[in-house]
Amino acid sequence: MRLLPFLASAIVTVSLVSVLNTQLPVGASKTPKLGYFLSPQQGFWKNAEKLNTNFDASILAENLKGKVDVYMDDRLVPHIYADNDEDVYFVQGYLHAQFRLWQMDFQTRVAAGRLSEIAGADKLSIDKFFRRLGMVYGAEQTERMINETNPVMKATVDAYTAGVNAYMKQLSPENIPFEYKLMNYQPEEWTAKKTYLFLMFMSYDLTGRSAAADLQLTNTRDYLGYDLFDKLYTNQQDSLDPIIPRGTEFATASLHPVAPANADMAYLHKTDSTVSVNNVSEAPATPDKNNGSNNWAVSGTKTKSGRPILCSDPHLGLNLPSLWYEVQITTPTHSTYGASFPGSPAVIIGFNDSLAWGVTNAGRDVLDYYELKFKDSTQNEYWYNGAWKATTKRTETIKVKDSADVVEEIAMTHWGPVMYDAHYQNPQSKGRNLAVKWTAHEASTGVETFYQLNRAKNTDDYLKAIALWKCPGQNFVMATKTGDIAIKQQGTFVARWDRQGDFIMPGEDSSYAWQGLIPNEENPFIKNPERGFVSSANQKSVDATYPYYLGTASSFPLYRGISVNKQLANMSNITAEDMQALQTNNYNVFAAMAIPALMKSVQMESLSAEAKNMVNKMNQWDLYNQPNSEGITVFKVIWDSVENAVWGDELAGSPIPLTKPESYVLVEQMLRDSNFSVADDITTTNKVETLKDQVLVGIEKASLKLAALEKEHKLVWSAFKATRVLHLTKTDALSRLNLPIGGGVNIINATTENHGPSWRMVVHLTDEIEAYGLYPGGQSGNPGSPYYDSFVDTWAAGKYYRLLFLPKEKLKANEHTKWHIQFSKA
Amino acid sequence: MKNNTFKIPVSILLSAIACFAIGLYTVLPWWSFMVTNFLIALAIPQKPWVSFLTGALGVGAIWTGLATGIDMANNHLLSTKVANILPLHGSYVLLILITGIVGFLLGGMSSLTASYLRKA
Repeated sequence: MRLLPFLASAIVTVSLVSVLNTQLPVGASKTPKLGYFLSPQQGFWKNAEKLNTNFDASILAENLKGKVDVYMDDRLVPHIYADNDEDVYFVQGYLHAQFRLWQMDFQTRVAAGRLSEIAGADKLSIDKFFRRLGMVYGAEQTERMINETNPVMKATVDAYTAGVNAYMKQLSPENIPFEYKLMNYQPEEWTAKKTYLFLMFMSYDLTGRSAAADLQLTNTRDYLGYDLFDKLYTNQQDSLDPIIPRGTEFATASLHPVAPANADMAYLHKTDSTVSVNNVSEAPATPDKNNGSNNWAVSGTKTKSGRPILCSDPHLGLNLPSLWYEVQITTPTHSTYGASFPGSPAVIIGFNDSLAWGVTNAGRDVLDYYELKFKDSTQNEYWYNGAWKATTKRTETIKVKDSADVVEEIAMTHWGPVMYDAHYQNPQSKGRNLAVKWTAHEASTGVETFYQLNRAKNTDDYLKAIALWKCPGQNFVMATKTGDIAIKQQGTFVARWDRQGDFIMPGEDSSYAWQGLIPNEENPFIKNPERGFVSSANQKSVDATYPYYLGTASSFPLYRGISVNKQLANMSNITAEDMQALQTNNYNVFAAMAIPALMKSVQMESLSAEAKNMVNKMNQWDLYNQPNSEGITVFKVIWDSVENAVWGDELAGSPIPLTKPESYVLVEQMLRDSNFSVADDITTTNKVETLKDQVLVGIEKASLKLAALEKEHKLVWSAFKATRVLHLTKTDALSRLNLPIGGGVNIINATTENHGPSWRMVVHLTDEIEAYGLYPGGQSGNPGSPYYDSFVDTWAAGKYYRLLFLPKEKLKANEHTKWHIQFSKA
Repeated sequence: MKNNTFKIPVSILLSAIACFAIGLYTVLPWWSFMVTNFLIALAIPQKPWVSFLTGALGVGAIWTGLATGIDMANNHLLSTKVANILPLHGSYVLLILITGIVGFLLGGMSSLTASYLRKA
């Protein structure tokens, strides 16, 4: 009788397959389906790319109008030569998909609030956050407007979409990107809406910090009271060196925003101490405070060649696959090279054969909250201007892996979507009903700005192109072969009265509404200034003579701008190599100002031997954040500790986390006057501490921490900072950790732990353009490809690649050209 | 087939070829080789443990061989990363071994079941 062994064997076999065909829970995450994942015929092994892969191909596509030749160089950068403008975006879409499909899909899923669909109920509150913020709503506005009014952009985005989908159509299931297999889901068709969602995500990344900051500042004001708040979070920046040089005259203001008569009591000095929070929702990580950038252009008067040089390095989260993908686009109408966004057509930061352009974040406040009173829990009506006003409802259905759909019904008001209410709240929202008004909700032709910049021939073209730009506000720098340099802060900006929108505003009547948008002609702009350079580094664009309020000063880092301007002013006979050296410069101008200010209050004789030793080490430091420097670590730990001693006590008692004041506040206070009432430790009642006392306390505490760091061999800056380029899923094994690189906050080389120069570009506008650049990643998004992280070490070393920007025949014959992909009409 | 010494290499070979071939038609699920193994073991009667071994060796060899070939051409770039995601301390050798063992076990169990069915 063999029935029993048969049954036993069958059961074991079926169980084994079932287990290996299931995602098994491990802690908070899940394994891939192990049998599938390990299968060398379908699983991850299929993504292990041959080192000597030949990328030659011949591709037939129905959507093409003509023939397109793509030559790939040895860094896997495609040089696309097309017979017409639409074909080129089809091919760009195809190549983005071929090398970055998973990333494009993942980033737009985040933006659309669709993570739960692939990762399960854990991500539900993050999905709700993006839905309620109006990310999908905003993308829909843009899509509708472009479809109805802009046939050229529609054709461009449609061609791009068709290209992505053409790649996916020929992609066999075993060759889908690695991450799909790891997380066990499938690619889905690309749509134009996904391109707009991606651009919404950039708006969020660059202007969405207000979504958290406005709540925190409101709660900080409530806790401290406005008078103390205004001392610690002052908008005064004595050492500001603005983008538009001081003394430049601005156009006469056409708008005169006025604070409401009751603003003092009902807004600035309003306090609301109630904390009532149930069912707290987790929010996504707030956009990095250091999301910023450097850009500058020097005119021919300052260069060795007599031609301008333009530099741009956007500081963003450092991720693998990188946000950027290098590409050359050449059609009969234009020839452009630069960094593109997988997910969007055209080049975003780059140059063509007439000019070069770059961007930095403007940092202006374009997102506000209005507090509402609803008639009842149905949220069908809210109180506005003395009457009940009807809401509309927007339904967002969130699919959840292994679970039922979740339906979010969002009340829409004339302010915007209701972001927070009793259903969706966190400790900072405190259960308030808050509608969010954000310029990113407006339909936007952002794609067209880049489309036109790619084709711009001169300064007028550049101005016309950027005039279309709405959100996120950017500083567009430009230099032409003919010798012009210019910079303009561009976007939809609110004509604000002082401190308007820093805190949650009353939304029960129109008095706190935006009183107008600043006309384009009044945006800060400068062309060919006498000093021979234009620059920006996220500092305030203008001094106090500008007629509109820009937003809270904590949005405008002060020190990189000082460094850039000081260095550029002193340079002459500049070469492209000098500009590379400046982009990777590690001088710490903040420390140069902070150390002497701090030393005014250090009583050496009262310090312990260890602390004295550390202070000496700080004073002997050369002020450069070099990777092997110990002085910077000592300075940073001492400074943070002193700050904490000065204002940590004021903030410590709050039941919810408060915003830390900016470092410049303490430096400038120390420089102005060594008496600072905030210095008093409010936890001691029998004594009034002075700044000197608190500096002493801070340094002694720091010296303990430094001793511990020294033991762990983490006093060296690169070890302390541990810069990493992190895979989008935050999986260490797919990331590059502990890179030997200097720089930091306030440094031109703005590389922090997981943030920094995400694309470095130097363009010398000689007849045959001489350009250099790279980003910390690689052209392939496949962790199994040698091109996955091939630029990372070169980037960390502060070196550059010469960018190949050549006409077709020259490129074809170039020694770096390795492969040919031919696209023809099917 | 009566000659046992002949049956063993033939069924190993058949298992391996079927596993390899069916993997080329990737619309089928990744475990399709278990169906082919099952059919082969039904067609070629052997002692259960011999059936297990021939099925296991056929698939195990293909899986180990393919994984090794791919890994060498890739200079262990991806396998090292995966062997850090799965807790294998970055050892590509272990990863190839585990890949082979999974193929070996599944292939073998499928053949074993078929062999018992024939006798049931």
